Amino acid sequence: MFEQLINGLTQGSVYALLALGFTVIFGTLRMVTFAHGEVFMVGAYIGLSLFTYFSPNFFFALVIVLLATFILGAVMEIVAFRFLRDAPHFSSLLVTIGISILLINVAQLIWGPGTRAVPPAIIEDLAYSEIEFNGIYVTYLQLAVLGVAIALMVAMYLFMERTKIGMAIRATAQDHEAAFAMGVNVNRVFTFTFAIGSMMGGVAGLLVGLYYNVFFPTMGTLLGLKAFSASVVGGLSSLPGAVVAGLIIGVVESFAVEVWDAGVRHMVSFLFMIVVLIARPAGLFGKKELIKARGD
Amino acid sequence: MTGPLREAIANSPYWALLAVLVIAPALIENQYILQVMIFVGIYIMLTLSLNLLNGYVGLIALGHAGFYGIGAYASAKFSLELGFPFLLSLLGSGVVAGVFGYLLGRPTLRLSGIYLALATLGFNVVLWLLLLNWMSFTNGPLGIMSIPPPNIFGYEIETRSDYFYLILTLVVLTLFSMNRLVNSRFGRALVAIREDELAAEAIGVDTTRYKVQAFVLSAFYAGLAGSFYAHFVKYVSPDSFTHMESFIMLAMLALGGSGNLFGPVVGATILIVIPEVFRGLLEYRMIIYGSVLVVMMLVRREGLLGGRDYSLRLRFLDDPEPEYTVGDKFLPDGDVGDGAEASSNPQGVEGRS
Repeated sequence: MFEQLINGLTQGSVYALLALGFTVIFGTLRMVTFAHGEVFMVGAYIGLSLFTYFSPNFFFALVIVLLATFILGAVMEIVAFRFLRDAPHFSSLLVTIGISILLINVAQLIWGPGTRAVPPAIIEDLAYSEIEFNGIYVTYLQLAVLGVAIALMVAMYLFMERTKIGMAIRATAQDHEAAFAMGVNVNRVFTFTFAIGSMMGGVAGLLVGLYYNVFFPTMGTLLGLKAFSASVVGGLSSLPGAVVAGLIIGVVESFAVEVWDAGVRHMVSFLFMIVVLIARPAGLFGKKELIKARGD
Repeated sequence: MTGPLREAIANSPYWALLAVLVIAPALIENQYILQVMIFVGIYIMLTLSLNLLNGYVGLIALGHAGFYGIGAYASAKFSLELGFPFLLSLLGSGVVAGVFGYLLGRPTLRLSGIYLALATLGFNVVLWLLLLNWMSFTNGPLGIMSIPPPNIFGYEIETRSDYFYLILTLVVLTLFSMNRLVNSRFGRALVAIREDELAAEAIGVDTTRYKVQAFVLSAFYAGLAGSFYAHFVKYVSPDSFTHMESFIMLAMLALGGSGNLFGPVVGATILIVIPEVFRGLLEYRMIIYGSVLVVMMLVRREGLLGGRDYSLRLRFLDDPEPEYTVGDKFLPDGDVGDGAEASSNPQGVEGRS
């Protein structure tokens, strides 16, 4: 029972991380990226390669993944959004869809189409040694996932609230024309925000990859979509909303597996989203005015 | 005005094209080529139906394979379990897909584009998960096998060329009905919504209603395509209807161009034929689709044939366009004549534009 809750929270914190990245991007650019799940996958595969061929050092992998997905995000923003700033949003959406298809297939070429795993001998210490708290067993890896996720969320919050760049991002999110008039380099803020959002996705990929130790080219697709639903449930542009919704979905999912079968698990988040879209399109924490904002 | 003969001659390029396609199976002995042509037909139908939403209404629908799948499964169920004849299951599966279109469109079309994009994609994924996990109804990942071949009033469709004629009929019917549709009041309302939703609403277009109707219609056509697919392949499984399939349709639309009836046909044809012609590329099919999406959006956003209407009709045979008087911009010639208009513009008749 309690372990189920821990499992749910671990899973939920990953959703929260992914949703957070997605929300940061939407909140600032007012556009959706469909390649978020694939950035997640890239993060996971980089982790796989580092652990298998280089060194099983978690923090080293973390730093590399952060860097790599930051760059990937920046490149994606420039290709999909900066070049198409004046185009209808639909075009940017299609480009991100195209990029996601490309990333999946390139990963397939590099790492093969099948399922891969880090050799158990390497990951053993991390994955299977448990710590006991009053009769509740938690693995190191679960702690690492929870710890990193929470640390990143806090870092994100502090970054947004306390730094100058964070202020520029918030200003751009509110009104990018006004921000531009105030001397904010809006283009740079967009690229930077996108890169930060992608970074969150990449780290989530690393965490999930190691946690389940299953890697396959389409691993990010479903999770990316779940993160979408989490951020819709949270209100699409609300950072706390994304975190709360991600955690709720994670916990509900892990209990749904107990009550029904594993197939139901993946549907929870989408049903959540559909209910929220019908009943309260602004989401749990969203602002009303965004709903009718023409997004096309 | 226009005699039926003149009309027929003006449309002769279409008739010629149709004639070529009708004779084609007799000349093509290679069954494989026919098979590819049949798939081209299926995807033309799908891309055309997606075009109704993405091209004409300007909605962002990303879950079209969902309706395709619903049509396929519905048709399989109708034929296998209820023993419906083919035409009835064809229509029935279109209707079932349309109903799902209504159920999905009704609550989500009030929202802005991005929500719709997410909701339709979510719908596609939920449907896929449902097909995969609802063992008792859909037989899960194993899919439904041995779907009977179509039987139309006692005529059993068996050979590839039979199937080719069937899909040709369906595609022609789709093109014909869509042509009527998009040139009607309905189609103009859709374009008005695409161009400026607020303005459309201001001049009295019930935007939500038209959007929902377009959504239902589009789902209906996709359902028909799904039904044909089920009876052609005789086997349906969830993996044929993932959101990647939806993305393939988007790529076809992006390549061909949307907002007219030629773009989708061209896009679907090219993207099905190219991987087949260059057999070595079959493995990289998805890479082609992905690159097409990225490159087309960056280089030629409106697609190969986008942005305006195309026609093979021999225009020089048509009567010249009716000219309107300056004062009566919105009235065709025939309607001019009430005194109020004439008096408000005394030079109306002379001042032709």
